Amino acid sequence: MTSTSPAPLYEVFVRGRRGLDHVHVGSLHAHSTEQALEYARETYIRRGEGASIWVVLSGHIHASQESDVEAFYDPMDDKPYRHATHYVLPDGVDNM
Amino acid sequence: MSEASDVTQSFEQNIAAEEKIEPKDWMPEGYRKNLIRQMSQHAHSEVIGMQPEGNWLSRAPTLERKCVLLAKIQDEAGHGLYLYSATETLGATREELVEALHDGRAKYASIFNYPSLTWADIGAIGWLVDGAAIVNQISLQRTSYGPYARAMVRICKEESFHQRQGYQIMLTLAAGSPAQQAMAQDALDRWWWPSLMMFGPHDQASANSAQSMVWKIKRQSNDDLRQKFVDQTVPQAEVLGLQIPDPDLRWNETRGHYDFGPIDWQEFERVISGHGPCNRQRLAHHKQAHDNGAWVREAAQAYAEKYPEAPQ
Repeated sequence: MTSTSPAPLYEVFVRGRRGLDHVHVGSLHAHSTEQALEYARETYIRRGEGASIWVVLSGHIHASQESDVEAFYDPMDDKPYRHATHYVLPDGVDNM
Repeated sequence: MSEASDVTQSFEQNIAAEEKIEPKDWMPEGYRKNLIRQMSQHAHSEVIGMQPEGNWLSRAPTLERKCVLLAKIQDEAGHGLYLYSATETLGATREELVEALHDGRAKYASIFNYPSLTWADIGAIGWLVDGAAIVNQISLQRTSYGPYARAMVRICKEESFHQRQGYQIMLTLAAGSPAQQAMAQDALDRWWWPSLMMFGPHDQASANSAQSMVWKIKRQSNDDLRQKFVDQTVPQAEVLGLQIPDPDLRWNETRGHYDFGPIDWQEFERVISGHGPCNRQRLAHHKQAHDNGAWVREAAQAYAEKYPEAPQ
């Protein structure tokens, strides 16, 4: 039997076409970035869903914790003046 | 309020508000276990499902049919990978999942334990088996676990090609010679009931259903999904001019649905507990393919160790 350990985990991001953002589509195991790109192509874009792929070692992604959400986003809640809807337009001014 | 009841409450609130649960969220252990069971079973089904179709790759009647079947089978492998990767976000490893399949702890869709005896079976599998899978998977696009729901969206996009290529095979045979028509009818006769069994036991007899509905892992009951499949498939059989092998099948005006006859649950139990026509063959083949691939995994690891990539 085999003595191999699991290949490293990569996260895969695909740009649907030029001009769009790369979007996370899933993950896969691979032994190198080159292999990860090949697997990503075979796994996630068999029908031309993508013009560009990013693969990133999962361990290299650092995420905010949702439990810390208040510290991250609280400052936004008390600044309603950042939203356009905060300003009431007078009659006669339709689009601004 | 204690921290424990705090996270429980936030989980319950997310479920109630139709918010998705994401990998790093707190979740009840039962929710996690239930998902790992259902998602890995789903992944194994995609992978084992390649076998009855692979059986006809070398004998597909034309080069185009062969290309189509090859593309479909590649999709199934891809669907398996989407689902394994989504299951791994719950903390299960790929190795554990495959091991559970090999030692019989994990199941896969019982229908793949039936043999594909003729070319018409490839038509019937696409039309009926993938058709039933789509009904289930459309519903699961709204499942409460984010990675599972997103994998379902991706799979559903690809799955309608599978059903249509199967139906096209059936259409061609049904419009062919009497022998071809008989072959199509025979395939429908053999695959109809196992397709209805794919939706699982009746609601009142389903072991995991009630809790899965509460947690919104499942969104519609086994019986509702089965009814939906019957309702949409009967007219398709009529277009083919084939007879669905159920003397009790008739339109019920009052219910607005087709009534259908009793399902042979003894057969279902027999096949799911390992005694269908191909259970041993399917598992043995999967193990063999896995073992035969060992040298590739070993070589890839050896290469990676010998030529490490520059740190990023």
